[in-house]
Parts: sequence; structure tokens; C-alpha cells
Amino acid sequence: MASGFLTLVAMLMPAAAFLVLGVVWPLRRSGRLAGYFSILGAGVSLAAAVSAWLAHDTGTTRLVWDWLPAQGRPLATIGVLADETSTIMLVLVALVAFLVQVYSLSYLSEESPRGLGRYYTYQSLFAFSMMGLVLAPNLLQLFICWELVGLCSYLLIGFWYQKPEAARAAVKAFWTTKAGDVGLLIGIIMLWRQSGTFDFGEMQVMVAGGELPLAGLSLITFCIYLGAMGKSAQFPLHVWLPDAMEGPTPVSALIHAATMVTAGVYLLHRTAWLFALTPDVLLIVAWIGAFTALLAAVLACVQDDIKRVLAYSTVSQLGYMMTAIGAGFSTAGFFHLLTHGLFKALLFLGAGAVIHAVGSNDLSHMGGLVRRMPQTAIVFIIGTLSLAGIPLFAGFLSKEEILGAVWAGGLVGPFALLLLVAFLTAFYMFRVVFLAFFGAPVAQPAVAVSGFSPLPGGTHHAEHKSHEHDPPPAMLLPLWILALLSMAVGIYFTFAHPETEFASPGWLTPAAVGVALAGIALAWLTYQRGAINAATLASYFGPIRRAALAKFWIDDFFEGVLAAATLAFSRLVGWVDRYLVDGVLNVVSAWTVTTGDEMRSIQTGRAQDYVYGLAVGLLLLLVWVRWSLT
Amino acid sequence: MNMGLQAYLTLAAVVFGIGLFGVVTRRNTIGILLGIELMMNAVNINLVAFARFSGNEIGMIFTVFTICITVAEAAMGLAIVILLFRIRRTVTADHLDLLKG
Repeated sequence: MASGFLTLVAMLMPAAAFLVLGVVWPLRRSGRLAGYFSILGAGVSLAAAVSAWLAHDTGTTRLVWDWLPAQGRPLATIGVLADETSTIMLVLVALVAFLVQVYSLSYLSEESPRGLGRYYTYQSLFAFSMMGLVLAPNLLQLFICWELVGLCSYLLIGFWYQKPEAARAAVKAFWTTKAGDVGLLIGIIMLWRQSGTFDFGEMQVMVAGGELPLAGLSLITFCIYLGAMGKSAQFPLHVWLPDAMEGPTPVSALIHAATMVTAGVYLLHRTAWLFALTPDVLLIVAWIGAFTALLAAVLACVQDDIKRVLAYSTVSQLGYMMTAIGAGFSTAGFFHLLTHGLFKALLFLGAGAVIHAVGSNDLSHMGGLVRRMPQTAIVFIIGTLSLAGIPLFAGFLSKEEILGAVWAGGLVGPFALLLLVAFLTAFYMFRVVFLAFFGAPVAQPAVAVSGFSPLPGGTHHAEHKSHEHDPPPAMLLPLWILALLSMAVGIYFTFAHPETEFASPGWLTPAAVGVALAGIALAWLTYQRGAINAATLASYFGPIRRAALAKFWIDDFFEGVLAAATLAFSRLVGWVDRYLVDGVLNVVSAWTVTTGDEMRSIQTGRAQDYVYGLAVGLLLLLVWVRWSLT
Repeated sequence: MNMGLQAYLTLAAVVFGIGLFGVVTRRNTIGILLGIELMMNAVNINLVAFARFSGNEIGMIFTVFTICITVAEAAMGLAIVILLFRIRRTVTADHLDLLKG
């Protein structure tokens, strides 16, 4: 019971902070004070989440209230469901949210007080919504929170809404995820029709008892997967995530790396017992996941924007998790979700520190930063090693578990793709490391003169090199905490090998580590030693590289299809309006005009003609009366 | 010889027809007025004939009224014609087509 109450506290603290910040406008407009207030809420929330996790024993604690009254029993409940999965996820969300809020205080120090207050209001709302999603005891509450996090994502991507790209990216993210959410909503309602309940527990009992009819279940699970596809940026709905990098970097770290985008994976893990009934859908999940992983990894190799590399890396890793779920071992995917949340938040915050110092997102403006920003370099490399899956770092075991799960699931094709992705991941991440932190410093970087400019690429001059140093403690501390946690988790799991539900072949660990090391070696040879010319390497992959630079034309395809569909529909509507609606009116009016023209010739204006007409008419009338009456 | 109602009605019809023909065909506005007078008189013949043959003198009284009104109407008509001539310098009916559509 205690853990239920603690999770409730964890969820409601950010909600309280949001409400206070939203209503008390002097506090919100005070800027930093609003930030402190929000951080206080997040801090208490983190403490509550951690104690809930520690206090939690095996089993589930439900703390629910009736909601949506209906005849008999209420249609749905609202509250919290604390179990092993949700409490650990809650800790991750609370931790990253807290660290990101602390980090933002320094990162966004140049913002106006109003903007900062707005930022922290959204941050609090996001933290509440995400926790509500994690703790949701039924699909209905989950869906509501699902939409709320989508809204926060929109608001925070478009935080610099004066920037046209940011506004565009926000709208793109909103609509693309919404396309998936429609599927989710339809899936939830169809599932409710089939099972008569929204509640996870009741449904699980039905599934265990074999009471849930299997007919049409594939369609339902596929619809639910569509929601996860939009939120977790699976092909072909992944197009919004790279664009979402227009938002502030801490937002990318929190929402578009660690928490919100993993909501789809979390949902599938949460309903794994449901998906287990539909192996055909799981197969789709696995293949799309593996394909997404490969596609995004290839795309990440050609990006020059440090945040975009990380964004595509996130898409790729989400594909990893999805493949594990598709293989039927959702625990492996969830495990990777947790470790990925730690080190990807670390990488994004590290990238933020770099961007803050250099004043540009472009890798070609960086170089040799290891001397000027040693601490940032160290934590960034820790994150990179974690992502690459090197032993002793967080990503090592979770990645290997996924590979083992996919192998154990008998999916040889996705397994091969994922192994290739592991190689590419190591390559592109170390490309970033070598380009940004090592090598020769760039002579003329686009350095922001007066601190961080929210509009990178502005016309700043390069005389201020002194800004390129390690960030202030408020930014450095979250980085170190995440780095140390990544290492601690990595070291713990490297030695304390957890029991898995499947048996991994013995050659798996050497193979996984081997391809990662090969990727690192290739990156080192290419970008550090210069033994392989980067241009020559690129020319080997000419067509693929060109396709990747064009984002495989997926964005263009969507834009083309949407434009074509919209235009075709507009033409149809235009045709109906022009030829059917206007046509009827035009015919009637033209007919009236013609008839009038014809009729006017008998209006001679001469009274005699009228008299004549009158007389003839009268005569005809008389004749008619005479004949009709007899 | 005793003429029947038929003969009076026929006379009235013929006079009415002549009047109508005059109204429709005359070019001169005064001629049209004369035609109208003829038609009025045809009506009066009808009224008187019916009054005579049905033994109801209301028709006679009505005829007296009609004659009075006809006189007033003729005066009005002539006045209008004179005014028209003053303004338009013509009394030819074909030229008075202000109502032309």
C-alpha cells in the first residue's frame, strides 16, 4: 500500500507545480523562481519515486478511484498501478525530469523570465503526464496521459515558436504522432468492445483464463501498435523525431530520448500478454523494428548536426527495443529502454553542453574540444561507450539481451539487421566523438558572442574563444550523475549477470562486442588517424549515401503524397462546387435571363397592344369557359 | 314588329367590336378615346336592353351613372391627351411607348 501512496505523491507533485505555475502568474513570470519551484516539485517527486521503488515488493499495488459512472459498475477507474515495471520506469522518468530541469536552469539562462516560466510550466505538466502514463491502471487513463505528453512535446518543440522551423517541427511532430494515436484509440475501443473493460488487471485475468475471444484480436493489437509506432518513431512514422530537435536540447534529452518516445515501447511491454496472443502482429513489430533500426542507423551516419545524429540514434535504439518485443521477450526491450534512457539523456545533455559552448549544432564547427571541455568530453564518451554496447557500460548487457532475445525468438533476419546496426551505431557515435572532441580545432567556428544564442548559425564573429569551456555546475552535475549511473548500472550488470527467460548462445557476447569494436575502429581509422579517407569511404556507398542524405525520400514521399492527396481532394471538391453547386444555380439564372429576354419583346410599351392582348385573352377565356362547361 | 333582346345584344356586340377595333388599330390617341366611348355605349345598350326586357329599372339608373362617368372620363382623357401633346409634341399612340420593356 505504501508504494501505491508514494507513486501517487510522485505523480501529483509535478501536477501541483504545474497548477501553481499555471495559475499564479507573477510566480510564472518571475522566471528563475518558477524554475526553482518546478525543480522542488520534481525533486520531491524523485524522492517519492525512489522510495516507492525501494518499498515495493513483488506483486502489484493498486490505488484506484471510480470514474465515469455507469449502470452497474463504473466504466473506468483512475489512479495508480504500482508494480515492478511501473515503479522502475517512474524512477527513470522522475530522475531524468529532475536532472533536466536542473540542467535547463543554466542552459536557458539567456531566456527571458517569461519564457523560462513558460518552459518550467510545460516541464511540470510533462512530468505529471508521463508519470500518469507510466502508472496508468487502465488503457483509458493511459490514453489521456499519452495525448497529454504529446501535447507537451508539441509545446516544448515549439518553445522557440518565433523560429519558423521550430513551429513547423512542432506541428509535424503533433500530426505524425496523432496519425498513430488514432490507431491507438480505435484499438482501445475495439478491445473494450471485445473484453468489456479498460483495466489491465481484469484483462490479464481474462487472457489467463482464456476468456478473451481471439477473433479479430490481431487487428486490435495492430491498432494499438500503430499508436506505439507514432510515439516511438517507428518506420514510416519516424519522420517527426529528427525534426523535433528544433526544441531546446534539454527537451530533446527528456522527451525525445529518455521518456516520451519510449512510451510506445512501454505500452507494448505493458500489454505484452495481449500481444503474445497475436504472433503475426509480433512478427510485424519485430521486422519493422529491425528495419527502423537499420534505416535510422544509416541516416545517422551522414548527419552533420550533432543533435540529429543523436535523434536518429534514438530512432534506431527504439527499433532495437521494438524488435525484442516483437521476438516475444518484452522484458529485454524494457531493460534496454531503462539503460537507454540513462545514457541517451546523458548524450543529449552532453551535446547540449557542447552546443552551448560552440554556439552551433554543426559537427564541422567543433573539433578538439577535449582540451577545452575535458569533463564534458569524458561524460560524453561514457555515454557513447554505453550506446555502443561496450562491457562495463550501461548499454552493454541490455543490447546483448536484445540480440539474445531476437536470436531466441528465431528471427534470423532481424537478428542480422540488428548486428549490422550495432556496428553502425558504434561507427556513427564515435564519428561524432572524434569529430567534435578530437582532431584539430576549427579555425573559424561560429561562436556565439554573448553566450548561447537560441538561433544557431547567426552571424557572430569568432573572437570570443573563451566561451568554450566546461559548462557551469548546474549543467555539469546532471551530466556526472547520469554518467556515473550509466557506469554503475553497466558494472553491476556486467558482473551480476541477471537470469534471462531465454538461453543466449555463447558466441553472442564476443560477436556483439566485436562488431561494436569494429565500428569504433573504423571510425577511429577514418576520422582520427585519417588512414581511410572519409570521402573515399563515402564514395563506396555512393547511392546509399545520396539516398540517406535525402532521408531516403521518406519525408518527400509523405509531403508529396499528402500534397497530392490534398490537391486531388481539393480538385474534386472544387469540381463539385464549380460544376454541380454553381452549375445548378448558373443554369437556373441563365434560363431566367433567356426567358426574360424572350418575354420582353412582347412588352412593347404601347397601350394598344396590351388592350389587344387583353381582348384576345378574354375571348379565349370565354371560348374556354363555353366549351369546358358544356 | 317586336324586336327581341337578341337584336339589342347583337347591336351592342357589334358596337363593342367596332369600338375595340378602333382602340386597337387607331394611331391617333383621340381616336382611341372615341373607340373607348363606343365600347362604353355598347355596354350601356346592353344594360338598357336587359332592364327593358327583365322589367327591372335598376339597369336604367345604372346607365345614367355610366353616362355621367363616361363624360368625366372623356374629359379626363382629353386633358391627358392635351398634356401629353404639350410634353411629347405628339399624340400618335405608337410613339407613346414609355412602358416598353
